[in-house]
Amino acid sequence: MSGDPGETNYLNASHGIGSWLLTRDHKRIGILYLLGISVFFVLGGLMAVLIRAELATPQGDLFSSDVYNRLFTMHGILMIFFFLIPSIPAVLGNFLLPIMIGAKDLAFPRINLLSWYLYMIGGVMTFVSLLTGGIDTGWTFYTPMSTNFAQGQVIVTAVGIFIAGFSSILTGLNFIVTIHRMRAPGLTWFRLPLFVWAHYATSIIQILGTPVVAIAILLVGAERLFHIGVFDPKYGGDPLLFQHLFWFYSHPAVYIMILPSMGVMSELVTAFSRKRVFGYHFIAFSSLFIAVIGFLVWGHHMYISGQSVVAGAIFSFLTMLVAIPSAVKVFNWTATLYKGSISLQTPMLYALGFIGVFLIGGLTGVMLGTLGIDIHVHDTYFIVAHFHYVMVGSAIMGYLGGLHFWWPKITGRMYNEFWSKISALVIFIGFNTTFFPQFILGYLGMPRRYHMYPAEFQTWNVLSSAGATILGFGYLLPVIYLLWSLKFGAKAPANPWGAKGLEWETSSPPPVLNFDTPPVVTEEAYAYETSTPAKEVTVGV
Amino acid sequence: MWLFIAQELMFFGGLFLTYTVYRWKYPAYFALGSNQLDIPLGLLNTIVLIGSSLTMVLAVRSAQLGRAKQIAGWLAATMTLGTAFLVIKGFEYHHKWVHHLIPGESFQLAGTTDPAAQTFFVIYFCMTGLHALHMIVGLGLLAFLVPKALRGEFSAENHNWVEGVGLYWHFVDIIWIFLFPLLYLLGRHHA
Repeated sequence: MSGDPGETNYLNASHGIGSWLLTRDHKRIGILYLLGISVFFVLGGLMAVLIRAELATPQGDLFSSDVYNRLFTMHGILMIFFFLIPSIPAVLGNFLLPIMIGAKDLAFPRINLLSWYLYMIGGVMTFVSLLTGGIDTGWTFYTPMSTNFAQGQVIVTAVGIFIAGFSSILTGLNFIVTIHRMRAPGLTWFRLPLFVWAHYATSIIQILGTPVVAIAILLVGAERLFHIGVFDPKYGGDPLLFQHLFWFYSHPAVYIMILPSMGVMSELVTAFSRKRVFGYHFIAFSSLFIAVIGFLVWGHHMYISGQSVVAGAIFSFLTMLVAIPSAVKVFNWTATLYKGSISLQTPMLYALGFIGVFLIGGLTGVMLGTLGIDIHVHDTYFIVAHFHYVMVGSAIMGYLGGLHFWWPKITGRMYNEFWSKISALVIFIGFNTTFFPQFILGYLGMPRRYHMYPAEFQTWNVLSSAGATILGFGYLLPVIYLLWSLKFGAKAPANPWGAKGLEWETSSPPPVLNFDTPPVVTEEAYAYETSTPAKEVTVGV
Repeated sequence: MWLFIAQELMFFGGLFLTYTVYRWKYPAYFALGSNQLDIPLGLLNTIVLIGSSLTMVLAVRSAQLGRAKQIAGWLAATMTLGTAFLVIKGFEYHHKWVHHLIPGESFQLAGTTDPAAQTFFVIYFCMTGLHALHMIVGLGLLAFLVPKALRGEFSAENHNWVEGVGLYWHFVDIIWIFLFPLLYLLGRHHA
């Protein structure tokens, strides 16, 4: 059993800052990521608060339009490239993936550490570019804005993102090789936890998508420096080409954010309804299907860009296809909940919140995939609300749910049950109060990226800003009680939730090489019915 | 390593897409542009690079057979050929510089004043430049392997490094095998 004070684990095996900064232990690297990502999340979140403060009144009374442009650009860049994309894969994936498959570490521990350094260097460069002038292109770097007209540090920011992209690629490589080569004896492909399947699909996107945005950003940099004319019509270039290259990555990037979150969901739903997941194969393959289709839908960002109507119609059709695997997942989770013995612990609250938020985000996604509706609401707050629901709401619900679920495993301490439940509720209410009014605003015609607006939009904007305050408070709570738990939390047992999976068979926190004796897998994933009959309590009929 | 190469292919893929788009848009300028390139030098470079792939294969082969002494020799031969490629490429670049074929403000191409004519050279420099950068990385990797080979660190059982770098080197070679016909040969003399 775990919990006796004399035991060595990965946290107390060696001491000093050097042992952390030079570590090759995937668990410690996961914690390094957790620290870095939290810092960028706070920075990006502060910018969001400032944006909502500005938008509380119709006049531009807080910032000039120039400052506002830089603000929402950096908010987008920090949140997307330095929080949402790495959050679950780099923190939870890094920590859990090797343990879940019974491996001692990732396949390339040194490359893993390198990717953390690349991530931090990229993040710091991007943040420094903000302090030395920022950029006002929006996170999309659209040409010719970014190449010819943009103010500020476009090149530095682009290089920062380029470097962070390498970190993402290397993490993806590492995961794929690890999943292929290092599974424990008996752990066949269809016994893998769905969390691992989701990361497998995510890694494929990272490897195949990130290089394309890298070359696009490289070309923007070259064009801005030398005016060589790749995208500049003056020299025969085509600005649309940039949008194609950019969205070929950046649309799949949405799935880099949401797929791992869906993987976490599958773990949470089964663990807290004490049931084998419904339709294991369907969930696993739907992840791969999303990864593949995700690469074919970038053109739905460009309905009004001037691409041909035929292309628009084809992209519209392909976009609808993504709804199928997404719905498959949601239906399977719902079916898993059905007649399960559900316990509403904090991670489960986040999981249920995910389903609600993702439903709204997904259904509005189908609306946006429809050519005609998209043209009406293009570049309005409807879009802002939609992508916040999918990327932020769903991804963060999954991230926080997963963080709470595995917190005892990671730190060896239990967090405060009361405050964590309160925070889950506050975040859910705050999130919906912030972003649901934006659907209405967008439908009424308020464009995105403006810091002033007609007075008639103020009511909904005030509601949204009020929601942002609640949301900000909701995010603050976990920071406090999770840090508190590190010192004062009760010692966590090896398996506080009575959950299935290899990660719950090792002690909390795990030893340096994850397992004292190499595990052998003898049963399917989520075999709840067979081995935990005592805890089965059937609710309802 | 195979996965890494897959992502590299996507990386170059963006440029190949750019090439396709602009070639389709400006076929005449592409013909005009490719007429400016030096086929003999390009051909020479192709031969040099294929030769370097051969020496690289021989290095991997001697590693597989456990002939530790030969590995360093073949690696050094590969490095020599790789450097020769870059030197020849340098001459070509210099030639373009002298003839104002570098895209930008001072770009000049006989036979046209349309700035769109430079798109060919934009792509030429982006693609060959990125390729040259990969060659330099490859040379760095080889330079890292040679002392290891001299110390006898590779054997029939342990030659992952040699094999991986070999794969990378062949990949860079193959990219050039595509670049050479696309940039130098296709559509020539049709302007």
